[in-house]
Amino acid sequence: MADVILSGVSKSFGAIRALSDLSITVPDGSFVVLLGPTGAGKTTTLRMVAGLDSPDHGSVMIGGVSMEGFTPAQRNVAMVFQQYSLYPHMTVRENMEFPLKSPLLRTPPDQVARKVAEVAEILQISHKLDNRATALSGGEMQRVSIGRALVRNPAVYLMDEPLSSLDAKLRADLRVELKNIQANLGATFLYVTHDQIEAMTMATHVGVLNQGRLVQFGTPREIYENPVSIYSAGRLGQPHINILPADLFGPAPKGATTIGLRPEQIMQGQGQDSVVKRIEYLGDQTRLHLIFKGHELVTLTETHTTLKTGDIVQITTHRPFYFDANGVRISPSSVTQNNIA
Amino acid sequence: MAQIIIKNLRKDFGAFTAVQSSSFTIEDGEFFMLLGPSGCGKTTTLRMIAGLELPSSGEIYIDGQEVSQKPARQRDIAFVFQMFALYPHMNVRKNISYPLVSQGMARAKVRAKVAEVAEILGITSILEKPVGGLSGGDRQRVALGRAIVRDPACFLMDEPLGALDAEFREHMALELRALHDRMGATTVYVTHDQLEAMQMGDKIVVMNHGVVEQFGRPQDIYDWPATSFVARFIGSPAMNLLEFQGIIEPGNSFVALSDTQIEIPEVVQGGRGGLSLGVRPEHVHLDDGAPYRGRITASEYLGTTQIITLDCAHGAIKARISADTAVQIGQTTGMRFDARSITLFNRDGQALMSKANQKVLSHG
Repeated sequence: MADVILSGVSKSFGAIRALSDLSITVPDGSFVVLLGPTGAGKTTTLRMVAGLDSPDHGSVMIGGVSMEGFTPAQRNVAMVFQQYSLYPHMTVRENMEFPLKSPLLRTPPDQVARKVAEVAEILQISHKLDNRATALSGGEMQRVSIGRALVRNPAVYLMDEPLSSLDAKLRADLRVELKNIQANLGATFLYVTHDQIEAMTMATHVGVLNQGRLVQFGTPREIYENPVSIYSAGRLGQPHINILPADLFGPAPKGATTIGLRPEQIMQGQGQDSVVKRIEYLGDQTRLHLIFKGHELVTLTETHTTLKTGDIVQITTHRPFYFDANGVRISPSSVTQNNIA
Repeated sequence: MAQIIIKNLRKDFGAFTAVQSSSFTIEDGEFFMLLGPSGCGKTTTLRMIAGLELPSSGEIYIDGQEVSQKPARQRDIAFVFQMFALYPHMNVRKNISYPLVSQGMARAKVRAKVAEVAEILGITSILEKPVGGLSGGDRQRVALGRAIVRDPACFLMDEPLGALDAEFREHMALELRALHDRMGATTVYVTHDQLEAMQMGDKIVVMNHGVVEQFGRPQDIYDWPATSFVARFIGSPAMNLLEFQGIIEPGNSFVALSDTQIEIPEVVQGGRGGLSLGVRPEHVHLDDGAPYRGRITASEYLGTTQIITLDCAHGAIKARISADTAVQIGQTTGMRFDARSITLFNRDGQALMSKANQKVLSHG
């Protein structure tokens, strides 16, 4: 296992600038999730580390060694793509054995068998080992391609939305499994997703990307509780953080244009009147859509609330976030900064 | 505007039965969800309502009229597919106008109708643009516009948001629901996403292997699942199902899990043998004084809450607790279950009727 350091990496494809002076350190043994919407530069970053693309400027180091001029094979990384790519003429077992049988590794046969069995068990595909790869469902094929990465012992695992094509139940199971595998192996994972649940539950660190730049790096809790900007704040949290005019609830700090409120930052039963617009029952949580001084906001309430459309709810804020005209957080002096340059 | 009644609907494809015997009623103006895993028969059901498949047996009534053997064009419906197909060589206006023009509607009337629909969808400013350069959201709005413009009696939608990324899907779900609230047209919507179903639906039908497992209001189905399939399919994480051997008699309000007495809602229907106790993660509370114990093996942070996994005598249990509570992996702790929220299931996965769930189950 190894750390990965990208320094000042830029990459353009024609007129499109995919990465702008991106610097990020993936510590040895960490599970780093890159989060951002389509086009933020997540996949490009992964491809830089894998060696599938090379930077226009800047450097990529794995385990302290510069990767300049190294082919993907020479980098000792294992990559899982969103779209599975299996050898169609081979069985599941042969597909999973393939990386271990590489002439570079020369793994003894009993060790190959043991490793494949172990990984197949974790991914719930033991009963499919002798099936043809093409005789599997999409979800099973994706598990085989994850399996093919896991049987190896690379310097770093690179994963590009590996769970997005799986159904909800399996996705939830594999989230926990992947996290356990990573923690038990002490492996370094660089993982790309736009699913915030995956980011929150698996990551030791989240890197928030915006237009090819890293805008915040920290634990999921740091990013949720102490976002550096509206953009960062909006990446985590369901329901989405409410962004409203800064002085809507009363005087705002100097320079503040907007106030940011997560459900935890809205107290009910005291303060000023708002009107219930709609109640959304989601089972484990119930969302309250409120109209406050002409603005709509969303918060949570008791699962079996008796509130209904048109009712009045008093609300006030509790330790809200404030942002300036550029969407940058105005930090209260009591809160320590954990943002990066 | 339409009420849709489905009676004993069945569809066979050769030896394979896609839909076994579905019966449910979709009230006029409802936003109705057909929910289930892939292969459960939900899309086949929708296609039979549309007239794109003819049922092997059973009846479909749209506004009192039996239509099950009528072709699609004789039913007053509009279909929105997962992959929104737009005519690439036409601009937005022409795409939306198309269904009306092909009906032979007068030009001035078409213009007025398109303007009205564009206003509802907030796409007035892009009417003259080619569809090629549009964002995913605008393309979806145009596809909806083309469905809405005909003023059909009902809308049928097959995973219209399935191809969109998570953040955008959430946004479009709210928009679709708000649109429905403005127009009030009956909408039948197929999805495999339980959260989408909970969030948008007035009613949900949960299907599995061609069979209707449960039919009702989202929160009722969530709180009082009729089968263990529904218990596992709805909710994320799913309902915990603790398997045990026992005998439950009508009138009982306790079950014995290992040596621990667990309080449950008073059952009115007994069961024996292999049973399971269902409890939602948010109804499991860590309480060191409680006798039922487990070892904490994982914690997943979710912002407002966290999901704790505990290893217990009856398997893994997940608890949803406040994110502020500090927990130690490896620590052993006691658990308390909200007695009022528990459902028992028999060996066949059917919920045992209790004082708590009988109201929901008897009309579901």
